[in-house]
Amino acid sequence: MDNNQDRQGKSLELPKPENLMRLALSDSGFVFDPVSGNSFSVNGSGMAILRRLQQGTDLTRIVASLCEEFEVDALAAERDVIEFANLLRNTFR
Amino acid sequence: MNQRTPWSKPILTPHRPGGMNKFGALRPQLHQSELDGVAIMPLLEQYGSPLFIVSEKRLRENARHLRRAFSTRWPKVRHGWSYKTNYLGAICNVLHQEGSWAEVVSELEYRKARALGVPGSRIIFNGPWKPAAALEQALLEGAALHLDHLDELFAVEQIARRLGKQVPVGLRLNFDTGHTEPWSRFGFNLESGAAMDAARHIGASQWLQLTGLHSHIGTFVLDVRAYAQQARIMAEFMETVERETGCRIEYLDIGGGFASHNALQGLYLPPDQVVPSFEQYAEAIVAALTDATRGRAALGKPLPVLVLETGRAIVDDAEVLVTRVVGGKRLPDGRRAAILDAGVNLLFTAYWYNHDVRPLQPSEGLAEETVLYGPLCMNIDTVRASVMLPPLNLGDALLISPVGAYNNTQWMQFIQSRPAVVMVMQDGSIEPVRLAETLQTLTDPERVPEALRAPFPNPSPSR
Repeated sequence: MDNNQDRQGKSLELPKPENLMRLALSDSGFVFDPVSGNSFSVNGSGMAILRRLQQGTDLTRIVASLCEEFEVDALAAERDVIEFANLLRNTFR
Repeated sequence: MNQRTPWSKPILTPHRPGGMNKFGALRPQLHQSELDGVAIMPLLEQYGSPLFIVSEKRLRENARHLRRAFSTRWPKVRHGWSYKTNYLGAICNVLHQEGSWAEVVSELEYRKARALGVPGSRIIFNGPWKPAAALEQALLEGAALHLDHLDELFAVEQIARRLGKQVPVGLRLNFDTGHTEPWSRFGFNLESGAAMDAARHIGASQWLQLTGLHSHIGTFVLDVRAYAQQARIMAEFMETVERETGCRIEYLDIGGGFASHNALQGLYLPPDQVVPSFEQYAEAIVAALTDATRGRAALGKPLPVLVLETGRAIVDDAEVLVTRVVGGKRLPDGRRAAILDAGVNLLFTAYWYNHDVRPLQPSEGLAEETVLYGPLCMNIDTVRASVMLPPLNLGDALLISPVGAYNNTQWMQFIQSRPAVVMVMQDGSIEPVRLAETLQTLTDPERVPEALRAPFPNPSPSR
C-alpha cells in the first residue's frame, strides 16, 4: 500500500454499511429509504458508489474499481467519492 | 479492453412533492451553445472567461419593435437611449443608428455621448446634478434640458441671462399615479403645487421658455395602468401650464421603466406571463394620451411629441454572460454549490433577478438543486440561491441571461478585473467592444510616493 492509499484509508469516515443496507435500490436509479419514507434518484456513478459502500468496500478499492469501470482518473474519483460519502452519511443516519 | 462508461459526478436527488407551478412550466431548452448562430465556446477560449456577449441583431430588433409599437399609434414618437442602462459605445451607436437620441443623467454621460459623435441637439439631459459647466454646454449645444429642482432652474436662468438669449427648458415632474410607489425625490411635485410654481417662474422669465414636460414613474413597472395614468396627468398639466403661462409644450417625456423579460425575485409567475409587451404598454399610454388631448386640434394646437426613455426592455435580452465553474462543494444541508468565475461584481442585477442559467454544452444526468456562488470573498456573492442544473464538472461553462441592463454600468472592480465584452455582429462576425481589464487598468491611475516605493526598504531576517 502506498502512502496515498494509507492516507485515504485512515482519514475518511465512510457511511455505515448497515445504514445503507436498508435502502432499496433499483437499477434505474431509484432509491427508497424505509426508515424515513423518502425516495431519491441517483445517477450511474452514484449508484456504483452506493452499491460498493453497501458491501463495506473501503475507499481505496472503491476508487480503483471506479477507475476500471468509468472514464475517470483516481484523483477526480477520490474527490467525488469523498463528497458523495459525506452526503450519504448525512442523509442516511 | 472493456469499454469504460463516461464519468459524471455522483448525485443523489431527493424527490419532493410540489415545486412545479400550476402552469407546468418546463425549461424550453436545457442548454445553449450558440448565440445568433455563432458557437460560444470558441469565443470563450479566445477572449477568456467570464465573457459578456452582445447581440447586435437583437438590439436592433428590440429598438425597431418599440418604435413600431408606438409610432403606429401616435404620430410623433422619439426614443432617447438611456445611457445609464448600458453605455458601452458600440451599444449606444447601434441604437443611435436606429434613430434613438441619447438620454443622459450626468456630465460624464453627456461628454460620452458627445465623444461618440451625438450632437447636443439630440441629447436629453436628465439627472439631479448637472454642474454649471455642463448646463452651459448643454444650453449652447441645444440639448433638451430637464430641470430637477429650483437651484438648477435659477442656475440655468442665470446662464441664459449671461449668454443673452432665451433658452428652452423642460420640467421634470413627480406625482402619484396610484399604481406605483411615487418617486418624489426627482423633479417638481405636482400635488403640492411646486411644479406649477416652477412653471409660473419660467413663464414670467424673459430668459426661459418651457417647451417640455418629463417624468419617470419607476422601474420594472409591470402594470400598464400606471403609464396610462401618468400620460393622463401629464397631458392635463400640459393644458394647465399652457393656459396659465402662455407657453407651448412641444413634447411629453414619459421616461423609462418598461420591464424586461427577466425574472424578478419574489414574483411567482415567470416573465413570459407577467411582463407586458411593447404593444400593451403602447396601447395603454396612447389611449390615455389620445383621450386627454382630444380638444387640442379644435384649438389649433399641435399634438406633443411622445418621448420614451426605454432602457432595460431594449438591451436586457440582447446580452448574455458566459462563466465557468471553478469549484464545487456540498453544503451542510446537502445542496450542491458551484463556484463560478463571475459573481455579483459583474452581475449587479443578481441582487434582484433570478437569471436564467443553462449549461453551454448538453449534459447527461439528473438535474439537482444548486447554489451558484461567485468568486468574491464576500458572503453576499450569490448568483442564484437555487437553480436546478444537471451535473457540473470543473471547467464547465454556463450561460447567464438576460444581463444587458445595468451590469456593464454598475459592475465593480473588486478583487477581480472586469472581463471582455464582445458583440456578435449582424453578419455573424465578432467584434470586441470592450477589452478585458488588466492589472495595469487598476494601477495606472495610482501614484505611490517616492518614500513608499519599496515595500520592505530595510531587508532583515523575516519576522
